[in-house]
Amino acid sequence: MTRRLPPLLVAGVGGIFVLLHLPVLLLVLYSFNASRYAAGWTGFTLHWYARLLERPDILRALRLSLVVATVSTLVATALGTLIALALARRPFRGQRLVEGGLYLPIVTPEIVAGISLLILFAALRIPLGVGTVLVAHTAFSLPFVAVVVLARLRGMDRSLEEAALALGADEATAFRRVTLPLLAPGILAGALLAFTLSLDDFVITFFVAGPGSTTLPVLVYSMVRRGIEPTINAVSAVLVLLTTVTIALAARVGGERGA
Amino acid sequence: MTGTPRRRLLAYFARRPGAGSWALLTPGVLWLTLFFAVPLAVLLGYSVMHRGTYGGVAPGFTAEHYRRFLDPLYLAVAARTLWLAIATTGLCLLLGYPVAYVIARAGRWRNTLLFLVILPFWTSFLVRTYAMIVLLRGSGVINAALMGLGLTHAPLDLLYTPGAVLAGLVYGYLPFMVLPIYASLERLDLDLLDAAEVLGARAPSRFRRVTLPLSLPGVAAGSLLVFIPALGAFLTPDLLGGAKTMMLGNLVQNQFGPARNWPFGAAVSFALMGVVFVALLAWLRVRDAEAAA
Repeated sequence: MTRRLPPLLVAGVGGIFVLLHLPVLLLVLYSFNASRYAAGWTGFTLHWYARLLERPDILRALRLSLVVATVSTLVATALGTLIALALARRPFRGQRLVEGGLYLPIVTPEIVAGISLLILFAALRIPLGVGTVLVAHTAFSLPFVAVVVLARLRGMDRSLEEAALALGADEATAFRRVTLPLLAPGILAGALLAFTLSLDDFVITFFVAGPGSTTLPVLVYSMVRRGIEPTINAVSAVLVLLTTVTIALAARVGGERGA
Repeated sequence: MTGTPRRRLLAYFARRPGAGSWALLTPGVLWLTLFFAVPLAVLLGYSVMHRGTYGGVAPGFTAEHYRRFLDPLYLAVAARTLWLAIATTGLCLLLGYPVAYVIARAGRWRNTLLFLVILPFWTSFLVRTYAMIVLLRGSGVINAALMGLGLTHAPLDLLYTPGAVLAGLVYGYLPFMVLPIYASLERLDLDLLDAAEVLGARAPSRFRRVTLPLSLPGVAAGSLLVFIPALGAFLTPDLLGGAKTMMLGNLVQNQFGPARNWPFGAAVSFALMGVVFVALLAWLRVRDAEAAA
């Protein structure tokens, strides 16, 4: 029995979809607007994008954001996957504690996590810089990777692994040839989440970044605080493009693996 | 080959499975201990110490920072935070439930619509908050449209109001509400609805007595996923709210920044954590009650 949705409901939901996407679409549109101040459209320009290229600080922040996201994703994905593997194996003492503990960083307000790291670094007299940003990004994305990979592991058919062991493969071979390929989409999803979390993070980075380690979101924030200017629209459009390309690439890779 | 280190190591782990688990866990758990748990413990310690003259802390034990929180000035911030988080959750539920419902019944459009809901989640939160400024500011899009239509003559003060913060929070966290509700609606067995119809239930009562109760786990999960980040919000009230719409997150930052009262900032942090845990416990109870039913 097929059910038709009430037209009024569909229209209302359509409106919500428009509201959900309009702000960012307008932002991207305005990054091509010739007018500096007015909300009105005065003509198409690439001027604001050209201005971006003249700003070494923006290019530096963009490069640093990509480096931090790449390195922290690699470390967090490795450590998070190991935790997930341990939790999905045989039960062990302290398992519930570790598993529950994984959710603690996820529910802790970012401002609390950021401030507490800041005071730890201050207490230990560790200067804020790229190192502290990397450490923080790895720490906040690690639990997300572990949770995503663990979900995949628990939904996986373990009998294939057992079959490999029964057919004479040792644990390492069974892991490499059976478990890992089956787990790969989960690891990829976790890594993707870690990468975008790192690329987007403002709050925690704001507290643990030093003068020489400004990531793109921290720079954009300080630009917004100083005053609205069209260059920010252009940087924002670049950030949106960056995450969209990441997702598209990941979907592509994931699709090829799945095929 | 039996003598190679790798074989011996594997043999050791085969004998002691617990040791194998801990070998896998150690690097990650150590990382989270050092860079999440220890800092939190230090913060907790700071919250009961004396205030340092130039920021930082001075030795000694005191509960004064937690008592100070009872000052009407700060209780007002806490109350505002709580109602903004509750209002955000309520509005997200009001907007998100119909969205999830339509997606779950959308047939071949389902994946496209789902993608459209997830897309903003991948878009930088900072960029989306900034987009709200562009919409709401005096010379912004909404004011330009209102004046263009002749509805107002002078730009309205939309930005730096509690309404702006609420709009920013709802806009920011709506996908978190839609996805869990969609997941529970998608699992719903349509035969149940057919059975209800055959037994004479009309559409509104089918929704109220079958669909809605079965989607409550999704509603509870979505509410938690919206309520927790809304409670700890810092960026949204900072950019859209101005001084009069301070939330607890901003109070924390303020104490570690210009106000230079670290212990009080630490105490506010743990007050915030306390509310988060109450919300989590409430959700766990709801979930367990549903599992038992």
